[in-house]
Amino acid sequence: MKKKFTPRRAPMLLLVFFLLLFLAGIALGEPTRVLEQAWSICLSCIGIG
Amino acid sequence: METVRKLVQTLWVFLVNGFWGFPWTRTIYQGPLKVICSPGLNCYSCPAATTYCPLGSLQQLLLSIRFSLETGSYYLGTFVVGSMGLLGAAFGRFICGWACPFGLFQELLYKIPSVKLPVPKPLTWLKYGFLVLFVIIFPLVFVDEFGLGAPWFCKYLCPAGTLEAGIPMLILQPDLKSTIGWLYWNKIAILLLFVVWSIVSSRPFCRTTCPLGAFYGLFNRHRLIRLQHNPQNCTQCGACHRVCPMGIHFNETPHSRECISCLKCMTQACNFGAISVEVAGYSLLDNALPAIKKPSEQP
Repeated sequence: MKKKFTPRRAPMLLLVFFLLLFLAGIALGEPTRVLEQAWSICLSCIGIG
Repeated sequence: METVRKLVQTLWVFLVNGFWGFPWTRTIYQGPLKVICSPGLNCYSCPAATTYCPLGSLQQLLLSIRFSLETGSYYLGTFVVGSMGLLGAAFGRFICGWACPFGLFQELLYKIPSVKLPVPKPLTWLKYGFLVLFVIIFPLVFVDEFGLGAPWFCKYLCPAGTLEAGIPMLILQPDLKSTIGWLYWNKIAILLLFVVWSIVSSRPFCRTTCPLGAFYGLFNRHRLIRLQHNPQNCTQCGACHRVCPMGIHFNETPHSRECISCLKCMTQACNFGAISVEVAGYSLLDNALPAIKKPSEQP
């Protein structure tokens, strides 16, 4: 017997919500700031300095 | 399936740590890939890291939020939280089981023969405290005279940072040895604690401390890809309890926030087709057994 496919909405809503957050971050120029941070060594984060 | 998972885990280690020029450059990777979010816990100050750590980046954005608002920038962490949320909503803690380098490290340590001990259940709540306090509240609230906070989780706790960045950077840049102090030895002690604990208990860091796992776990019930319990096929034999590395009773809590979806219960324990993988409601990897009759239902 073929199983009935009942799509779930919750994951779609969550994906759309976080996609909007992600796009808002891009619009605000946050990726540039993230890159700047990731390019420098965080000495206190790794327990040095 | 376990061999496939180990291969996928190893592949992810090399995908998020793909810069092998560091012995010559003696510093970290500084290319454009670092705008991509690492799905698992992987320190972006690791010399080989090619992606950013979502926990590290989120703390850095929050600790400098006053400064960025004063300068007219609105770096509120939406890009990082959006990236983490997209991963969580799609995969939940599948990421912990399949794509986290520090998870693989703990699994390998657990293979060392020794006495094996369970992780006390109440300790599993600690990671939510670390997520809320050490990743969000403390970096926002405790600031210096310049209005800058500190990345509390990375600075005081994260053993992945010590393993992947602290120790390698001291080897690559020996001049840094003059700057080490109690902070470094505190982090070394925490790393050693988790190394020893991982030998005797399964994934103790993931279960008690990891804020990223805590965040992804919140999605386990409503994620796009999830494990599904088929009660009509379940005999309540408890075989799934015995193989679970996270100590879950899958038949009782199929959407547990602790489940890392390693699929051991489905592929190594259940012989009755009571566990399957589903995507947005559509069953995949179902061993398609017909519903069985439970002993109580048999004539």
